[in-house]
Amino acid sequence: MAAIYSLYIINKSGGLIFYKDYGSSGRMDTNDSLRVASLWHSMHAISQQLSPVAGCLGIELLEADTFDLHCFQSLTGTKFFVVSEPGTPHMDGLLKVIYELYTDYVLKNPFYEMEMPIRCELFDINLTQAIQKDRVALLGR
Amino acid sequence: MIGVGKIKQYTNVLDKPLSKGKQEVSLSAFAFLFSELVQYNQTQVDNIAELERRLEDAGYSVGARVLELLCHRDKGNRRETRLLGILSFVHSTVWKVLFGKVADSLEKGTEHEDEYMISEKELLVNRFISIPKDMGTFNCGAFVAGIVRGVLDSAGFPAVVTAHFVPMEGQQRPRTTILIKFAEEVLQREARLG
Repeated sequence: MAAIYSLYIINKSGGLIFYKDYGSSGRMDTNDSLRVASLWHSMHAISQQLSPVAGCLGIELLEADTFDLHCFQSLTGTKFFVVSEPGTPHMDGLLKVIYELYTDYVLKNPFYEMEMPIRCELFDINLTQAIQKDRVALLGR
Repeated sequence: MIGVGKIKQYTNVLDKPLSKGKQEVSLSAFAFLFSELVQYNQTQVDNIAELERRLEDAGYSVGARVLELLCHRDKGNRRETRLLGILSFVHSTVWKVLFGKVADSLEKGTEHEDEYMISEKELLVNRFISIPKDMGTFNCGAFVAGIVRGVLDSAGFPAVVTAHFVPMEGQQRPRTTILIKFAEEVLQREARLG
């Protein structure tokens, strides 16, 4: 059973620039994933405004009956979020690792255009490895 | 005088010993700079061959300077005059200074007498770079090929140097091969020297 269902990366204006599905059941079509991404972008922004706590940076974790949504926002406004099985641990660590891979293999690639969809072979390869490693670590518990 | 005796004073700047120059620089800083170099050159050209040539030219001036520096610093103002000597100089000394390691392999071409290959499993400049599908066989290693050409040309071994991706069996990523094709005069001279 996969612990991680899917991964999204959205740019600072709410456009989906990367989407990957890891779940075995129910693939989402492109339009739906775009919709989910921009919906999350808006909810995240609204949560910042509504929060009673000063200096709130937006939702970090959304817990539902059937999934957990962990979100990480970089300083430049790019958001990374994973949808995972409820109660999956170390997701914030995984998001940091994914952010690191993004800065290495996407931002240092001269052929990547900022804010555009990510199509970098090296990013895909290393991401798959990172997720795999995470899965092994979870199974090893 | 205050301070005299603390630091040795050199009356002649030429007597001053050369700095060791072993400092490492940040890989990230280099990667961003190189990425900008490629992006800038991309705006200046309208085809891939031209981009490759511009990167090679940028590398050429690095190579010419590296040869000068290393001959002075590491070889006591001598430079290699024989073909194999200069090739192993590039493969080990130059590579070590530029990339912190010796190149993975140096081979002689099987089909042609005048061809040599330096191969790297993962070239430092290509570490973070994914080539888009529509750019075909373009390789940013052209910059490194330029460095090699700069070194060889300045040492009196004119050659045509190109960078290629070579797929490896059982490996996800292709390796980069720097192909060196020497000019005819170089081989004639080698033959004469015996």
